[in-house]
Amino acid sequence: MSIVGEATVTTVASRRPAARPVARTVRRIIVKVVTAVLVLLGAASVTYFSQYLVPGNRATAILNEQQGRAQQYSAAQLAPVNHKFGFDKPVVVQYLDYIGGLFRGNLGTSYTQFKPVTQVIGAELLPSLVLTVCGLVAAWVIAVAVILLTAKRRRFISALGSTWEALTASLPPYWVGVVLLVVFAVEIRIFPVIGGTSVLGTVLPVLTLALPLAGFLGQVTRDEFEKVLDEPFITTARTRGMGDTAVRLVHALRHSVLPAVTLSGWALGALVSGAVIVENLFGRPGIGQVLVTAVNSRDVPVVSGIVLVVAAVYIVANLLVDLTYALIDPRLRDT
Amino acid sequence: MTALGFPEATGLARLRSIRVRVRPGIAISSVIVLLLLVALIDPGLLTTRSPTAIDLEHTLLPPSLSHPFGTDDAGRDLYTRVVYGARESLSIGLGATGLAMAIAVLLGFLGGLAGGIVDIVIARVLEVAFAFPVLLLALLLIAIYGPSLQTEIIAVGIGSAPGYARMVRGQVLAVRKAAFIEAATALGHRRAAVIGRHLFPNAMRPLVAMITLGIGQSIVWASALAFLGLGVAPPSPEWGALLDSGRLYITTSWWLEILPGAVIVLVALSVTSLGRALQHHLEGAAR
Repeated sequence: MSIVGEATVTTVASRRPAARPVARTVRRIIVKVVTAVLVLLGAASVTYFSQYLVPGNRATAILNEQQGRAQQYSAAQLAPVNHKFGFDKPVVVQYLDYIGGLFRGNLGTSYTQFKPVTQVIGAELLPSLVLTVCGLVAAWVIAVAVILLTAKRRRFISALGSTWEALTASLPPYWVGVVLLVVFAVEIRIFPVIGGTSVLGTVLPVLTLALPLAGFLGQVTRDEFEKVLDEPFITTARTRGMGDTAVRLVHALRHSVLPAVTLSGWALGALVSGAVIVENLFGRPGIGQVLVTAVNSRDVPVVSGIVLVVAAVYIVANLLVDLTYALIDPRLRDT
Repeated sequence: MTALGFPEATGLARLRSIRVRVRPGIAISSVIVLLLLVALIDPGLLTTRSPTAIDLEHTLLPPSLSHPFGTDDAGRDLYTRVVYGARESLSIGLGATGLAMAIAVLLGFLGGLAGGIVDIVIARVLEVAFAFPVLLLALLLIAIYGPSLQTEIIAVGIGSAPGYARMVRGQVLAVRKAAFIEAATALGHRRAAVIGRHLFPNAMRPLVAMITLGIGQSIVWASALAFLGLGVAPPSPEWGALLDSGRLYITTSWWLEILPGAVIVLVALSVTSLGRALQHHLEGAAR
């Protein structure tokens, strides 16, 4: 991303040394957006050509999947399938059709359900989005609370905090989910085992996603936080008579969350992976359930459609994080 | 201490000073990895039962002294199954990490050494790959090739390769600029010799620790796939498969899910923390 971007920016700057910072920022933003579009195109190409990797004849595979048995078909039987899915057209035309279709919101046709992939995914996107966003927010709340309470306290308390972070950060989501499920839904019946999309049923899935992520974000933030607390401006604030809680909240936290914010964009991938597992564990509707069903029936268009949607969300989210930086942080803006 | 004129600590005091130096986390990790190695070499040393012995009179028993992990729906001893499953689980972890490293070293060295357009293309390819979460890329591969042991290894390997490739590339770029490479080139050594004798070993050193970290991660990813019912099929005592078969009984027999899961977590944690310690050690040596 940066190699091309940097090169253009420097040549422009050297030719016109007085280039206004605003123009430079605009240029930088354009470069970032164009790169993101290219990456998106690359991702779409991957999901498209992955459909070619399916071993054997695709029309036969589709018919077998629908009939639920493996057999050979005559050319006359295969022809309508080939025509419906466009397999009879040249590869280049198919590829361009696919890419063109993406711009119109068409992700292809399901092999097993014979309807557009967008229809198969459609209604399932919202619950997954709610789960992921709630997971991210909850992770931040937990991470910040643990940091505020334990960082740079007495040795024992600090150690407790950082051990907690190291431990939760390394827990796989399925295990966290199973433990929470057994403890809070089976043994102590506070929450339902299969909660659907109800508020009460969402608590455990969200916690399952949030706990490992909170550990990870906390580990990243803690180092920065403890470093900041040693800075002279913190001492200055204290000498002004500022209380400890206020110093932590107002000064230290603000200076130490930046790395974790950057990593939140990256963590989206881990969150989505976790959401797939959580939705299957808690029987929660969402793309995770659709995805696993589709993988089991080897419905590649549905799988690659979901994968592409997730990749697109990831790319756009990281672009937004990048752009926010370019706008907010003067150090990044001027380099 | 002695240099300052203090007497050398003896007896209990000395014991205490040694104990402080041994970090408890590393000690526990070493014990767990040691037990794991025993389970790999000869599972019979850790358990007297058979992992396939069906006992229909003792099904779904909770953990007790005679069955430390309880029994499953066919009355098989869960602890024994976990011990015997270590071999398969670890070979999946090793296989996936090996594949990921092979891809990563190839792409990383190609990009880092060739530079120019090749490097730009590889950097772009990696950027595209990063847009796909590990689990989703793995699921896509399983949808294409159908679930099997091989697909599982390939899926986890390819899924985690981009992350390593980026690290290898960074490593190659960093070592390339080092003074000893410049010196070797200035001395008139052939390019191939400089790469083979100086650049490669030095760029690879941190990877040793990364491989250790990777094995822990791969086991966790592979068991996640199995948990979704897309990995090794249940009659096998592979750890992920144990999780998959235990899911049916999650509301009645918690130990079937929680205990094998805890073993996976402990092994992954131990391997990872030993890897980290190794990393610190190697970095210290490099300085």
